[in-house]
Amino acid sequence: MNERIHDLQTPVADAGTGFVRVGMPVSRVDGRAKVTGEARYAAEHPAHDLAYGVVVGSTIARGRIAGFRLREALAVPGVVEIITHENRPRMRSFDLFYKDMTAPAGAPFRPLYDGEIHFSGQPVALVVAETFEAARYAASLVAVDYLPQQHETNLMSQLARSHKPKPLKAGFSPPPDERGDAEAALLAAAVRIEAEYYSGVEHHNPLELFASTVIRGEDGHLTIYDKTQSSQNSRWYVSRVFGLGKDKVTVRNPYVGGAFGSGLRPQYQLPLAVMAALQLRRSVRVVLTRQQMFSLGHRPETLQRIRLGADRDGRLRAIVHEAVAETSCYEDYVEVVVNWSGQLYACDNVKLIYRLVALDQSSPMDMRAPGAAHGVHALEVAMDELAWALRLDPLELRLRNYAEQDQMKGLPFSSKALRDCYERGARRFGWARRPLAPRSMREGSELVGWGMATGTWDAMQMFARAGAVLHADGRLVVSSAATDIGTGTYTAMCTLAADALGLRLEQVMFQLGDSNLPVAPIEGGSSHVATVGSAVAGVCAKLQKRLFRMARRLHNSPFAKARFDEVEFAGGGLRLRRQPSVAMSVEEVMAAAGEAAIEEKYLMLPKVLKQKKYLRATHSAVFCEVKVDEAFGTVRVTRVVSAVAAGRIISAKTARSQVSGAVVWGISQALHEETHADHRLGRFMNHNLAEYHVTVNADVRDIDVIFVDEDDRVVSAIGAKGVGEIGIVGVAAAVCNAIFHATGRRVRSTPMTPEKVMAPGGDVSVSAAL
Amino acid sequence: MDIAVKNAGGAQAQAAPRYPLSLRINGQPYELEVESWVTLLDLLREHLHLTGSKKGCDQGQCGACTVLVDGRRINACLSLALMQQGREVVTIEGLAEGARLHPLQRAFVAHDALQCGYCTPGQICSALGLMNEGQARCRDDLRELMSGNVCRCGAYPQIVDAVEEVMFGSAGAEERDRPVIVGMVPA
Repeated sequence: MNERIHDLQTPVADAGTGFVRVGMPVSRVDGRAKVTGEARYAAEHPAHDLAYGVVVGSTIARGRIAGFRLREALAVPGVVEIITHENRPRMRSFDLFYKDMTAPAGAPFRPLYDGEIHFSGQPVALVVAETFEAARYAASLVAVDYLPQQHETNLMSQLARSHKPKPLKAGFSPPPDERGDAEAALLAAAVRIEAEYYSGVEHHNPLELFASTVIRGEDGHLTIYDKTQSSQNSRWYVSRVFGLGKDKVTVRNPYVGGAFGSGLRPQYQLPLAVMAALQLRRSVRVVLTRQQMFSLGHRPETLQRIRLGADRDGRLRAIVHEAVAETSCYEDYVEVVVNWSGQLYACDNVKLIYRLVALDQSSPMDMRAPGAAHGVHALEVAMDELAWALRLDPLELRLRNYAEQDQMKGLPFSSKALRDCYERGARRFGWARRPLAPRSMREGSELVGWGMATGTWDAMQMFARAGAVLHADGRLVVSSAATDIGTGTYTAMCTLAADALGLRLEQVMFQLGDSNLPVAPIEGGSSHVATVGSAVAGVCAKLQKRLFRMARRLHNSPFAKARFDEVEFAGGGLRLRRQPSVAMSVEEVMAAAGEAAIEEKYLMLPKVLKQKKYLRATHSAVFCEVKVDEAFGTVRVTRVVSAVAAGRIISAKTARSQVSGAVVWGISQALHEETHADHRLGRFMNHNLAEYHVTVNADVRDIDVIFVDEDDRVVSAIGAKGVGEIGIVGVAAAVCNAIFHATGRRVRSTPMTPEKVMAPGGDVSVSAAL
Repeated sequence: MDIAVKNAGGAQAQAAPRYPLSLRINGQPYELEVESWVTLLDLLREHLHLTGSKKGCDQGQCGACTVLVDGRRINACLSLALMQQGREVVTIEGLAEGARLHPLQRAFVAHDALQCGYCTPGQICSALGLMNEGQARCRDDLRELMSGNVCRCGAYPQIVDAVEEVMFGSAGAEERDRPVIVGMVPA
């Protein structure tokens, strides 16, 4: 019986937490480990005879390595080895072996495979030394000779050579075919608006540095603590790249210091650390610097154009949404940018176009609400522009175009409580008191504006397995190779299991973060609770039935004549629903049946046939207040109300933090975040947290999160949809619309920095070409 | 108890000379020999395995490495270990008394003032330093004075709730909004 993995750090709720129900605001079960510093992240696991690797990155964006001058670096005392493409251990050559579970179409980057340079900052050498300091110093002495080639990193100068992307990426759907005749309907429309929207490159910047600690066992087995959103994805990648059997490699990630999409694909510190461990036959740790993390991948720079046509009463007659984004020269990174515009509002004539430009950059990567964060942003700003053109309340415009069903295939929504989001959000915010005209409200030296936007995201489910062992003393260990990047997976799964079996929360342990655990998908796309949670519910249901059968079979059992649906699990055991005094604790049943432990396993497969009959999505309504000092162009977001419809909420406290944190991301997208490139060098220049601005405490005031009632048993057996992405979608648009309401200026590029907000003339356009 | 610390390389020859360093960490005296290029943060994390103090940027921009030195909050990544000769260092590992959490730690859990947890030790140590400074009077002050600690998960409102509860006894009481105040964060 696989009781549990004993040397895997696993949190348990504090003693005395007691009985919990799904939906209760339960304190994070991993809270104690995190506030005491006991939780160990990827770079924090000790190993005997550990060597330190420091990465050297390329200084050119495109070309070849002519050679290395390593004498000086090798002379640094403590340096053990410098690994380059010239002396690396054997690795597979075929592209296929480098494709992780989330790879897009193309030929994935192969770290240290050869001397070709594909992007600035590409790893070209790994310096390994006895101490971190020696490795870092020696890395600064590594000299690389390049044969540079002309590079191109500027999307805006390369729009003319865009191409239709290869759509092969899990979870991606290309834009659907045009419905109706959008151009004709646009020409015929009584009111039209047209605008371009620009969003620059953004970087995830999780606070934990990307790191891998490879611990080599005496038998050569590699236990790898990796910063990843899927231990099994990293394990699969290492096995395939280095030709190592599944039994030779274990990847662990019990604690992950944020990721936001940057940990979906195995990052290059992982194969580099493995290379060093294989070559040197010892344990190795590789930690990237903050600067190096800017070469891992990013939210792609994207230019969009939206044209809307409407009747005088505001009903949409035509939507045309076009987007051009950048990708690398070796992969077609794709995300859903424009499709939302054919789904969110009722409209018979819709044309959607999405194209890519290949640049000498690292491949972009999914970043929180990939595609939607800027795609829905553009649509929601355009809707606000249309509302003002019609002199119509922006919320009223959205209600007049409310989509009751999927408009491509006529499918119903599995659930859609967006109307409730609008209503409850508006009421909480006080939207009804909003004057229609911009520049209507002022407080001291600041103009005040109120804006709103709609948000949407997919409600996805993948497949997963879960295992569970119930002990005679009432302890329950549930496991799945899931991940908790700070989202609350531990807490949600423990809550589901404790509720299912009527146990105290502290009796339940949920093990995740080890590639040897039952199969689980990557933690991404807001699908983890719907997926792993349904597997946990499934395995607990099997345990319930098993316990019930055991109890019923006992000599003189009080449940001898009961049916399964007549009992409930609560108060530490099972009891008759109609007569709760007839009860047995789990411990009593196990003791009477003479069982030390019972084990169940469950494979959760999505009910695909049923799911395909519905459009499955989460929705939100975001309301926001800004105060703008016109003289300085400074914007303060003083109040945000986010009303979210995301199915049944499993863990209310952690889910609330997910949405609230995503609102902070939205404020950051709106006002702060942008990575600037120097195209002469082909490299990102503000690659640090002083110059790449993220929202800090002083930038945030009131954030009010409302979960409206939804319970969606099509999306998942537990009724949940997922809350990771939905909280960010629409926030930046609400901020933009509030800035317009405050100032009368429409800022069409993010971030909406002071120089744009105070630009004379009102409109801030981005480019003439698309 | 005195702990002699060897570098990871053990007996292997190290050219970089080492210097003696005496300091107290979480109440415990340490007599160490340290190379001059080792930062306080790397001493804690790599040499003493006190990994509660986090490395998020290694250049004083994120605050994840915040520790208290003689009661003042500093970025451990910006200090060489040898600069702390004779000092009293307190890290996140030194706050709880056995299983009994420090009130700030309890408040952070209760208010869910964390998600991934990576910035959390720095946030809590920073809040302790802030309380020692005695400047904060209201939530806006807390926001300003906690802005040296980046929380990428965006738990800022809950962090302010938690610190406010410990400092002022109650959470959620909102004072009048006022424009940005600059220049309050001690250098």
